[in-house]
Amino acid sequence: MRDLWDSFVQFFTSLRVTVVLLALSIILIFAATLDQVNLGIWAVQEKYFRTFFVFWNVKGFPVPVFPGGYFIGGLLLINLVASHVYHFRFAWKKSGILLTHAGLILLLVGELLTGLWQEEYQLRLDQGQTRNYSESFRSNELAVIDATDPDWDQVVAIPEERLQDRGEPVQHERLPFRIAVRAYYPNAAVQSREELGNPSAPPPANRDIGARLAIIPLPITYKPNERNLPAAVIELLGPSNVSLGTWVVSTMIVQPQTFDYAGRTWRLAMRFERAYKPYSLTLLKFSHDRYIGTEIPKNFASKVRLHSEDGSTDREVLIYMNNPLRYDGLTFYQAGFDNNDTTTVLQVVKNPSWILPYLACIMMGLGLVIQFGLHLFAFVAKRRHAA
Amino acid sequence: MKRLLPLLVLLLGAVYLASPFFRTPKSDFDLAGFGRIPVVANGRTKPLDSVARNTLLLLQGRQRLVTPEGASLTPNQWLLDVFFRPQLADTYKHFEIVHPGVLDVFGLAPEDGAGNKRFAYLQLVPKLEELDRQAGLAAGVEAPVRTAYQRAVLNLRDHVILYQQLKHSLVMPDGSDFLGDLLRLQDNLGASIEAVRNREAGKPADTQLATFAMEMGSKFLRMEQIGNLLVVPPASASAGSQWEKAGQTLLGTFQHRVVNVHTLTFAGLQHTWKNQQPEQFNTLLSKHRAEWERAHPAILKKTDTETRFNQASIFGRNTITLYVLAFLLAALSWLKWPEALQRSAYYLILLAWVATTAGIITRMWLEGRPPVTNLYSSALFVGWGSVGLCLILERIFRNGIGSVAAGLTGFCTLLIAHHLSLSGDTLEMMRAVLDSNFWLATHVVVITIGYAATYLAGFLAIIYVFRGVFTRSLDKATADSLGRMVYGIICFATLFSLVGTILGGIWADQSWGRFWGWDPKENGALIIVIWNAIVLHARWGGIARTRGIMAMAIFGNIVTSWSWFGTNMLGVGLHSYGFMDQAFVALVAFGASQLALIALAYLPKERWRSVTALK
Repeated sequence: MRDLWDSFVQFFTSLRVTVVLLALSIILIFAATLDQVNLGIWAVQEKYFRTFFVFWNVKGFPVPVFPGGYFIGGLLLINLVASHVYHFRFAWKKSGILLTHAGLILLLVGELLTGLWQEEYQLRLDQGQTRNYSESFRSNELAVIDATDPDWDQVVAIPEERLQDRGEPVQHERLPFRIAVRAYYPNAAVQSREELGNPSAPPPANRDIGARLAIIPLPITYKPNERNLPAAVIELLGPSNVSLGTWVVSTMIVQPQTFDYAGRTWRLAMRFERAYKPYSLTLLKFSHDRYIGTEIPKNFASKVRLHSEDGSTDREVLIYMNNPLRYDGLTFYQAGFDNNDTTTVLQVVKNPSWILPYLACIMMGLGLVIQFGLHLFAFVAKRRHAA
Repeated sequence: MKRLLPLLVLLLGAVYLASPFFRTPKSDFDLAGFGRIPVVANGRTKPLDSVARNTLLLLQGRQRLVTPEGASLTPNQWLLDVFFRPQLADTYKHFEIVHPGVLDVFGLAPEDGAGNKRFAYLQLVPKLEELDRQAGLAAGVEAPVRTAYQRAVLNLRDHVILYQQLKHSLVMPDGSDFLGDLLRLQDNLGASIEAVRNREAGKPADTQLATFAMEMGSKFLRMEQIGNLLVVPPASASAGSQWEKAGQTLLGTFQHRVVNVHTLTFAGLQHTWKNQQPEQFNTLLSKHRAEWERAHPAILKKTDTETRFNQASIFGRNTITLYVLAFLLAALSWLKWPEALQRSAYYLILLAWVATTAGIITRMWLEGRPPVTNLYSSALFVGWGSVGLCLILERIFRNGIGSVAAGLTGFCTLLIAHHLSLSGDTLEMMRAVLDSNFWLATHVVVITIGYAATYLAGFLAIIYVFRGVFTRSLDKATADSLGRMVYGIICFATLFSLVGTILGGIWADQSWGRFWGWDPKENGALIIVIWNAIVLHARWGGIARTRGIMAMAIFGNIVTSWSWFGTNMLGVGLHSYGFMDQAFVALVAFGASQLALIALAYLPKERWRSVTALK
């Protein structure tokens, strides 16, 4: 038993394993870089880094072909910690190495936490528009809104994932009906049946605009500047499974569909997942400067008013390239523009572990300077001695 | 003799390096004065001299031009002909076309061109519409997936447009007497406007004058629409007025009731150049210059410096020759006269390095930016950094190895820089995403030094392999010192590439709220860090000995080249600002050569010619 433990320890603390793991990580990163041309940056992160294994589809079955980011990173972390625990003897000569590796551990942990905690949203504002929510890049939701009170909306948001599996109808305490998904398309266009010239085909739904639409499924896109626009056919079920009708919901249908039921007014909308904030942003002015006589962009800037609900904050902010707004644990940065320079697109990022890389950088840089500095001094002293 | 040799070499080298300043073309025209005229192109103020040189590089890959009559033109002479004698310039073969498919569009064969690849505008004219159609088709395809033909067609279309734009930038290139017309307009300005108004209103009018004014107006409009250079400076620095195209200013003539003096000067220059009247040409230029000196001395300070900088051609052939010479001298020193030759080589390297330092500083001053702002300047800086490191190595070890490596890396990086300069103005404006002097000065500079050091380690390892396999000169002491050099440089490279990479992450976090995005360039930098870490751990763990370390250092060249150029070729991500096409072949060839060198390193020790010396 003791032998087994020893060889176990020896394996995990060996430099050979370090080198092999590092080499594997190079291959992984290289392959992931190449695959970005096909998959785009988001899908690559999921496929190569935020996973224990990289899978290949062989005849429809996912086959693990290479260790993924979590696997290699995890083993490296174990290797690193284990060798320091088992070979730890403090000496000033080793302080640089210790510091560097401690920084590295911090960096790896930080990247793991980022992977777990980081959230990215988008905030689109037209000139003069005010919004108190940002929208997800990739996630969507089905919003069921109780709009009876003209001053106040009661929203029940159902995440897209819940629509994907067409199992039990969705039930919610605030809703007097249940929602059954009859069809779901991860990416689809909706078009008027008349325009399509195919009025004889049965409509996908019987209520509201759904009766006049056709759903055209599209392949899922991975391009970084495109997003999937899901659509679904849902049926609302009242008590004892009485059908209230079927609706087509899609992120392409901007206007919510309204109906009355149980003495209340309801709205239905499939939309980009929203994150509401206790404050709002108003776009005062977007400016897009170019270098004189050219189309080369010199600067993009959004002048916004930041106003918090409790009234404690009310100020104007200028967000431009390399100068984001940091507020409430979020970072708002200038990501794009649209509509002839009258719409700004801000990226909103939440990353609670943002401080770790800064610390790691200082520790590793300092550690290497100490380590190599010691080497250099020893080398110079030796040469002096020899001369 | 042997003692004086290094000083003699230094002196000759310095004279050689300064020689471009003494080379003036034989001409009665003040060509240099013409080249110093400031204009705005690609969003920045620059002298016409730069416009001439950059355009020639862009169109045909070199600055030299030979007319069909066999006369050799300087870039400024060429530009003068484009502006003022376009009928002549149309016969100059300055459009490089190499893709056979593009030649087919025009029905041309390589033999129809100068040097089998350069063609004249007149040869292209009959099929310009077809070129435009082909380019329209190619433009519909997304850039990363365009074929070589599509890229070549688009390139040529852009070049033809650029040439047309230049022709319309100062005067109307229709062969008319533009100066005479402008003077006539000036003398009858009030009457012309009156005539046009009356005719419009249906009143009796001087029809001839009205027609003339309308014709001039449409010429100005054409110049305004096609011309690309902004050549008329703001009237005063404060009034918020902007640089204008000549056509734009001329259109304003009818409003301001006066013909702008700059546009008159250009017309005068056209007249005197067309009729080959050097005296009048030079008088006009010097008056124009005096006006500039009065009104905008600050702009002149920059553009004059840039003209001198162009003339010095610091990153050109002369410096490249010095690096080659130094390389040869230092390599020769291993066979004969070690001290004298090593010292000579060291001096030459020092000279070239001081010159490139001055060049980089000048560029920084001209741009108002840290040293690395685009791929071209990164090549210069990689060369500068690694040669600087070599100078330190040579100072410490005094065995010629530093000089050989310096000659090699200096030569290679300047060659790369030359090829990168063919894509246009190397002092281009920064796109908004990258516009941050602080991060350009920290992240970009540090990471570029990391590249330089990793390359240097690789080249030192190549020297080790070459000397060991092909010569008997690799003795134990030399091998040991090479081993130490490579190790030291890799430590240095690890430090800089690691800190540079993390600084890049911090820039991303500062600007975009995320530390790491797995962007290709970020990944490339990370791979360099990991590779250097592997080399160090392999050495510390005794997994690789000297030969293994050397082979790994050579592989570092491939890793660095991938990060530096390969990632840009993917055409995705935030860093794809330096997209290039043809360099891909060069990159693959370089990678293959490095693999061959690694194989060479693993030749059995008995086959090494230095086998006895190494014992």
